[in-house]
Amino acid sequence: MAAPASNPTLDLTSRFPDWLITDTRPGYSGWLVDKSHLVEFATALRDEFGYDYLSSVTGVDYLPEGKMEVVYQVYRTTGGPGLMFKVQAPRTDPVEVPSLVAIYPGAELQEREAWDLLGIKFTGHPDLRRIFMWEGFAGFPLRKDWHEPYFEEDAKPFKNRWPAGKIEMSESQNIFEDNIAYPQGFRPEGMSFDPEKALYDSLRTYQTNEIGLDTDHIIVNLGPQHPSTHGVFRVAVVLDGETIVNLKPVMGYLHRNHEKIGERNTYIMNMPYTDRLDYLASMSNNFGYALAVEKLMNIKPPERADYIRIMMAEMTRISNHLFLIGSLLNDLGAYFTPMLYALEERELILDIFEAVAGSRMMCNFFRFGGVARDLPEGTLQKIKEIFFERLPRTIDEIDRFLSENEVIRSRGVGQGVLTPEDAIRFSITGPMLRASGIPYDIRRAEPYSLYDRFEFDVCTRKHGDIYDRLMVRFDEIRQSIRIIQQAAKQIPEGPIMSVKPMYQVRVPPGEAYGRVEGPKGELGFYLVSDGKPNPWRYHVRAPSFINLTAFGPMCIGLKVADVVGVLGSIDIVLGEVDR
Amino acid sequence: MDSNELNAPGYEIPAEIKGQIAITSLDRIYNWGRSASVWPMMFGLACCAIEMICAAASRYDLARFGMEIMRPSPRQSDLMIVSGTVTKKMMPTIVRLYNQMPEPKYVLAMGACASGGGPFKEGYNVVSGVDKFIPVDVYVPGCPPTPQALLNGLMKVQEKIRGESIKKSRWYQKGVDSAEIPIPLLGPDLIDPRKIGRIKNGEKA
Amino acid sequence: MNDMYGKGILKGLSVSLKRFAETYLDDLSWIGRRYRTAEGIAHRSGKDARGIFTVQYPEEKLPVPEEFRFVPFLVYNEGPNGEKNLLCTSCGICAKVCPPQCIWIVRSTDPATGRPVPDPAEFYIDADICMNCGLCAEYCPFDAIKMDHDYELASFERHIYDKARLSKPAKYYESIRPDNARRENAARAAKQAARSGVIKVE
Repeated sequence: MAAPASNPTLDLTSRFPDWLITDTRPGYSGWLVDKSHLVEFATALRDEFGYDYLSSVTGVDYLPEGKMEVVYQVYRTTGGPGLMFKVQAPRTDPVEVPSLVAIYPGAELQEREAWDLLGIKFTGHPDLRRIFMWEGFAGFPLRKDWHEPYFEEDAKPFKNRWPAGKIEMSESQNIFEDNIAYPQGFRPEGMSFDPEKALYDSLRTYQTNEIGLDTDHIIVNLGPQHPSTHGVFRVAVVLDGETIVNLKPVMGYLHRNHEKIGERNTYIMNMPYTDRLDYLASMSNNFGYALAVEKLMNIKPPERADYIRIMMAEMTRISNHLFLIGSLLNDLGAYFTPMLYALEERELILDIFEAVAGSRMMCNFFRFGGVARDLPEGTLQKIKEIFFERLPRTIDEIDRFLSENEVIRSRGVGQGVLTPEDAIRFSITGPMLRASGIPYDIRRAEPYSLYDRFEFDVCTRKHGDIYDRLMVRFDEIRQSIRIIQQAAKQIPEGPIMSVKPMYQVRVPPGEAYGRVEGPKGELGFYLVSDGKPNPWRYHVRAPSFINLTAFGPMCIGLKVADVVGVLGSIDIVLGEVDR
Repeated sequence: MDSNELNAPGYEIPAEIKGQIAITSLDRIYNWGRSASVWPMMFGLACCAIEMICAAASRYDLARFGMEIMRPSPRQSDLMIVSGTVTKKMMPTIVRLYNQMPEPKYVLAMGACASGGGPFKEGYNVVSGVDKFIPVDVYVPGCPPTPQALLNGLMKVQEKIRGESIKKSRWYQKGVDSAEIPIPLLGPDLIDPRKIGRIKNGEKA
Repeated sequence: MNDMYGKGILKGLSVSLKRFAETYLDDLSWIGRRYRTAEGIAHRSGKDARGIFTVQYPEEKLPVPEEFRFVPFLVYNEGPNGEKNLLCTSCGICAKVCPPQCIWIVRSTDPATGRPVPDPAEFYIDADICMNCGLCAEYCPFDAIKMDHDYELASFERHIYDKARLSKPAKYYESIRPDNARRENAARAAKQAARSGVIKVE
C-alpha cells in the first residue's frame, strides 16, 4: 500500500513571525499561539496548509502557574502526522478563549465539555451550555482546586488503607452519609431554577420556511429510558407533525468522572478504568492508553507482544461490529433474531478473551511494554479454528440473511445521508467517515504497532446513508478476519514484556497524544505528566462523543421513526460519550 | 392461621396429610405463578447491561425462566434490574420509574456499581449504590457479573418470591398500596427530599 | 433493485429455515449425549456448534477457563494442628495497587516489642467496590492473594468480606489454577534451592 503523505517542513514561523512560538517545555511539543490571533491561525491552517480535520480540543488546568491551556490537535485527511497547537489564558474569572466553531464545526461539543468541566468560556460559541452536569451544578469539577464530596487525598494510594487499615466506608466520613456536598449557606426552599430551561430555549432557535398553515411545533423527548440498547441517552426534538425541525442530543446520564478519577490514579491503575470507556471493545481502549504511556516512557513492546496486541484488537473490532449489527437491526424493528445470530458468534470470541485475559468484557490485558500474560496452551489453535473455518462462513450467512432484505434497503438507502465535506467538517471518524467515501484509516494514515506489515484494504462506500454504514461494517469484519489469519500464521516466539513488570512506573515529565483506530473511530488519549506517579491531566478523545456532532444536522427533515435508525448507525456507546 | 397452628388443632392429624392444607398450597400456587413469569424491565445503564443482553441471548437463555419479555415500559414489568452505574443526573428518572411500577415489584442491583457505587464510588456524579433511594431485594456482585452469575441472582429473586405469603403481602392489606418515594431534585448537588430537614438545619459538608 | 420484489426477504427466510432445521437434526445425531454431558457442552461451544446453542444453567454450567478472575481470596497452608497459616505478610502492595482502593489491611504488631509482624491482623475487601481487575493478584510478591472462580455470590445483603470469609486452602487454589500453581511452586522451590545452595557454599 502507498506510504502516508510525507510532511513538508512547515514554514509557520516565517508566515506568522510575531506571535507564534514553539513550545519549549521539556517533553512538550507543538506551537503556542497568542490568544488574539487564534482564529486567524486556524483559518490559515485549514485553508493554506491543508489541515482540514480537527481531531481534539481539550483544556488543561495549570494551577501552580496560574493559567489554563487549551490544546488542539489537527490532521490532514490525506494522511501523515498531525500538528498540536495550544492557547494559554490567565486563570482569572472568567477564563476566555475565542471559539473555533466557525472554522471547525466539530469543536462544538468539545468546547462545551471544556466549559462544563473546567470553566473555560469560549466567546463566539453558538450554544455554550453545560453538557455532562446539569445547569445549576455548583463548580467546575475538573479544576485542581475543586474537591469532590468523597475526597480523601490528592493521589492514590490512600494512606488509611495500610498499615492501619481499619475498614471505614466513605459514607461514614460524610455528614449526609452520601456523596453529596452543598455550598455554604444553601437554602433549599429558595431554589427556583429549572435545569431544563436552557435546553428548551436553545431548541427554539431554529430556521423554518413555513408556508401555508401556521402550525404548532411540539418538543418531544426520546429517552433516557427507551427500548433501544444504546444506554441512557436522551434526544430532544422539535417536531412539525412527524418531521423533525430541530434536534439536540442531551448526554451526561452516565458521566462517571473518568478523567477526575484518572488524575488521582497511578498509571497502572488507569488500565482497568479504560476498559469501562467503550465497554464493547475493551482491548482497543487498553491499546490506546498503552500507546500513549509508552510514547511518554519511550519504550516499545517486543514482537510477540505486538502480534498478540494486534490479534486482540482486531478480534475486538469484530466483536463490536457484530454487536452493532444486532442492535441496529433491533432498532430498525427486526426484533431480536439478527441479534441472536450475531451474539452467537460474539460469544465464541468472548470465550477466547476469557481464556487469555480472564474476563469476557473487562480485559485489562495490556501493560506498558507488552501484555500481561502469554497465550495459554491451545488458545492459538482455537483462534485458528474459529477464524479460518467458522467465522468466514457464518459472516457470509448473516450477510445473505440481511443485506438484500427489502425492508432494510427501503429504510436504509438514502436515509440519514452524510456528505463527505460535512463529515470532515464535523470531525467524524471511523466507519461513519469511510461510509461517506473518505478513505481515512489511522492504521494506514499513521501506522502504529505493526500494522504496516499486514495486507488489508480500507473499506469505503459511496453514499453515506444508513445502509452503507451497515455494509461498511460487514466489509471491515472481513478485513479484520484477514489480518487475524495473517497474524496467526506469522506470530513468533519470544518474550511478552520488554521491561520488568512494575506497579509503580516512572514516567518522565512531558505530554503525549496516542491514538488508535478503534471500532467506532479515532480513540485518542492525551496525557500530561509532571514526573509524579499519577498523571497531571488525562483526557480521552472519545469517537462516539464527537460523532454525535453530526447527529443534529443529519436528522433535520427526516421523520421521527428514522431518528432511531440514524442513531443506531452512528454506533454510540454511552461509556465513551459520557466518560 | 399459619401451618404450625393448623398442624396442632387439638386432635391427631395422620402424618401423611400434615401440611396439605388449602392455604399453604394456595400460597404455593400463587408464588409459583409469579416466580415463573417475572418480567424484567429493560433498564440497562452501562456495561452490566451488555451482560444482561447476553443473558437474554441464545447461550444463557432467560426464556427458560420465563423472563424473556423485557418490557421497556415500567407499567408492565415486575422486576427492575438496575444494571450499571447510577449517576446523580439519572437518579430522578430512576425513582420516577420505580414509582410507576405496579405492585408486586422487586429490584435487583446488578454489578458493583449498583450495589455500592463500584469502582466509581469516589466520583462527584455517582450515587454510591441504588439502595440509597430505592429498596433493593438482591445484590449481585461482580464487575460485570457474568451471565451465569446474573442467572444465579435471578434464581435468588425467584427464591424470595416463593418464600412470600399472601397474608403478609403489602398490596392486599388495607391502606396505601405502596409508598411513593419522593423524587430527588437537581440543585447545586443532588437533593433528597427526605433529608431536606437536615439541610435546612444548616448541616454543611 | 431485484427483478422479483421480495427476493431478499425470501433469501433471509431460507437462512432462518436452515437454522431451524439444524436444531432438530443436530439433536438427532447426538441422541442422548447432547445435554448435561461435558462433551456435549464442549461441542456446543466449539467451532462446529450448530443447532441449539444454549448451555442450561443451573443444570449445566459452562466451565470457566483457568485465567478467569472474580473476587479475590487469601491462600493459606494447613498447619499440623489444622491452623491456617496465611501466606500473606501484610506488605500492603495489593492495597496500594488496587485501583478503586477497596482493600483495607491492619498489620499486626508484636504485643511485647511493638515491632510489626508479617501477618495481617485484619483484612477487609469490599466486594461491592471491587472491579475484578486482578492487579492485586498480579503484583503480590508472596502469591498470597489470588483471584477466585466462584461467581455464585448473589445475596440479600451487601458484600463486605473479612479475613475469615476470604481465606481458602492452598489445595483449593491448586484445583482451580493447576498450571499457575505448578509454575509458582517450581519458582519457589528453585529460589529455596538457590538460597540453601549459597549458604552451603559458604
